Amino acid sequence: MSFRLRVWIVAAVALGVAIAVLRFERPPIDVTQTGYRGLGMEQPVNPRIRAALWEANQIPAPQPPVQPGSPPATSVYQNVKVLGDLDVATFTRLMVAITEWVAPKEEGCNYCHVGADLASDAVYTKVVSRRMIEMTRHINADWKNHVADTGVTCYTCHRGQPVPAEIWFADPGPKTARGAAGSRAGQNAPAMSIALASLPYDPFSAYLLKPGAIRVQGDTALPAGNPHDLPDTERVYAMMMHLSDGLGVNCTFCHNTRSFFSWDASTPQRTTAYHGIQMVRDLNANYLDPLRPAYPPERLGPLGDAPKANCATCHQGVSKPLFGANMLKDYPELAAAGKPLAAVAPPTPAPVVRGEVVIVYFPVASAALHNEAPAVIAVLVEKLKANPQAKATVSGYHSATGDAAANHELAKNRAMSVQAALVAAGIPADRVVLEKPVAEQANIVGESPEARRVEITVK
Amino acid sequence: MAAYQNIFTSVQVRSPAHIGVPMSEGIGKREGKPFFVHLLGRFGDAQIGPVYLGGTGLASLICGIIAIEIIGLNMWASVGWDPVQFIRQLPWLALEPPRAEYGLKIPPLNEGGWYLIAGFFLTASILLWWVRMYRRARALGMGTHVAWAFAAAIFLYLSFFFQPLLVGRWSEMVPFGIFPHLDWTAAFSIRYGNLYYNPFHMLSIAFLYGATLLFAMHAATILAVSRFGGERELEQITDRGTASERAALFWRWTMGFNATMESIHRWAWWFAVLCPLTGGIGILLTGTVVDNWFLWGVKHGLAPGYPDVFQGVVDPAATMGGAK
Repeated sequence: MSFRLRVWIVAAVALGVAIAVLRFERPPIDVTQTGYRGLGMEQPVNPRIRAALWEANQIPAPQPPVQPGSPPATSVYQNVKVLGDLDVATFTRLMVAITEWVAPKEEGCNYCHVGADLASDAVYTKVVSRRMIEMTRHINADWKNHVADTGVTCYTCHRGQPVPAEIWFADPGPKTARGAAGSRAGQNAPAMSIALASLPYDPFSAYLLKPGAIRVQGDTALPAGNPHDLPDTERVYAMMMHLSDGLGVNCTFCHNTRSFFSWDASTPQRTTAYHGIQMVRDLNANYLDPLRPAYPPERLGPLGDAPKANCATCHQGVSKPLFGANMLKDYPELAAAGKPLAAVAPPTPAPVVRGEVVIVYFPVASAALHNEAPAVIAVLVEKLKANPQAKATVSGYHSATGDAAANHELAKNRAMSVQAALVAAGIPADRVVLEKPVAEQANIVGESPEARRVEITVK
Repeated sequence: MAAYQNIFTSVQVRSPAHIGVPMSEGIGKREGKPFFVHLLGRFGDAQIGPVYLGGTGLASLICGIIAIEIIGLNMWASVGWDPVQFIRQLPWLALEPPRAEYGLKIPPLNEGGWYLIAGFFLTASILLWWVRMYRRARALGMGTHVAWAFAAAIFLYLSFFFQPLLVGRWSEMVPFGIFPHLDWTAAFSIRYGNLYYNPFHMLSIAFLYGATLLFAMHAATILAVSRFGGERELEQITDRGTASERAALFWRWTMGFNATMESIHRWAWWFAVLCPLTGGIGILLTGTVVDNWFLWGVKHGLAPGYPDVFQGVVDPAATMGGAK
């Protein structure tokens, strides 16, 4: 073999290896059989890609719960149109959550609000958000056959971004030559939304906005007037490529591929997917597309239509969005309009020692010591007895919910409870100094167990 | 002889160029001075020429070039005459047939008209090439087996024209494009309820795989006995030598039956020819007399039933009274 030939062979092998390593997924692939044997009903999963997906689908920690009973949001804020059924604590907590889920970090509340004038509708994002809150409640209340009790929140689609990663516009297709040649016939352009197939690149206008006929297969063995032809079939195929890619599954997740149309051979997931297609069509037609006048031009598509949803908008490559994490249970106010909140009384944390500071937590609207408080009081007593010069500084805090004057009184009473406990343990009253906190920590989320506390420092 | 034991041709026999047998009829002259290409000699005959194009050959080439030009220029126009995008997107690009609403009418050029023109020239090119093959075989005093085998393939090709004619719309035709024609294949099977249950599709696959299997068996057998002169197959038909005896005995030992030096070629020819013939019949029956091959298979006991492991999955549109 000549030297040149060897060089060529080595180069070809290196190129082949490079393509194989960079382009293809290496084995092993986990395969789960999902149907009767011999039908190819199985789901292949690359555990390495799945691990990365799992990381990307971790949900943010829920905002701390609030205590029910604060006045209605409408009595505090003006121009509250869709969340008027909430009390102000729940309302504020939801606003904080939505800011975390949707608004860019550097803009915060100002992404939708005009500075201090919270009532203003001047920014279009506020108008859109309001409609999106209505849509979220509509999905959770009326599309349970798709979202079940897991439901959706803003985060399901937004994932911390003002515009969800996966949206679609009516697609005019790539630029072609003018004149009487070069028609793409609405297909044959590699589009990510249909997994780079050479199928029609905009199946969404037909099936996720208008009620296009998605069932192209006939239900009789012999011809009986089934009007659907091959371009119809290719459009459905493109839609299914999107669905499959958007959910990270293959055809047999829903279908027995020997007869795509047969419901009696399909998996229960096909029923869920059926309702999903109906749902997205409803959302696009009744919520998303009609929002067009609200958007500035840069948010509109190439044909001037509003951004719309498809399967990938929520799913983002996972068959259950966010791997089925239930965020809605922490935000029941997004579940249905007017639905009363389940009163969740957050537990009072046990007292803790954080460095030089001892913290005793209190229940809501109470100055009663925690039943584990004597243990930390004993630590303080020991410290004070060991160092006769030292004094204990006691500061009381309260949460943001409720009447300010009453809260100040409550904070003082809490501090005095601790003082009394120390005195009862034999510490002279003059060695226990009550001190008003210098600055109250901002606590805009309302009821937080961490806020209802007394801090004791021995100096 | 020992050189032929390799699976690659390692010896090139170089003799003065052969200008062909004397022609019995005066139907044209072979053109050009023959020359040799070493690389071609590695896997075939190193001699190139003399060539005979003739009237049909020339007409076929012109029609073929016109068809490829129409297809290629339409593809290039579809990326706005951008040469880089033409190369990048080439596997996706296509010249698509007319949409369904045109039925069998003549559409505007940019909505399938070009497709029909390209299809006409491509078909003309293929048919003219067939005539050329037939007439060259006759001119050499050969049988016309090659031409008829090619005709079988042309029958399959034309089935993709006749099936749309029978169904009544050009939109069923195969797009001219690399990925698009593969998507067409999948869509055709899906639309008509899974072509796997089409018995002629089954036959076609059996002949396809059968032909490759026979080809591999025959080629391996002849290479294996070439050390005994087995590659002189035709002589061994009438004058059976030790190569033929050993090849025959090998198959009688290993599978109990053997073809003969002549009949193996009939096996191969029929398997190859029946593959497109049965396939074409399968296409012609699809959409014309059968609309859903899976249901046809169920009706005739072809598609087995399986245990219902997902019990109670029903069509939500039927239970909710919704529209399809």
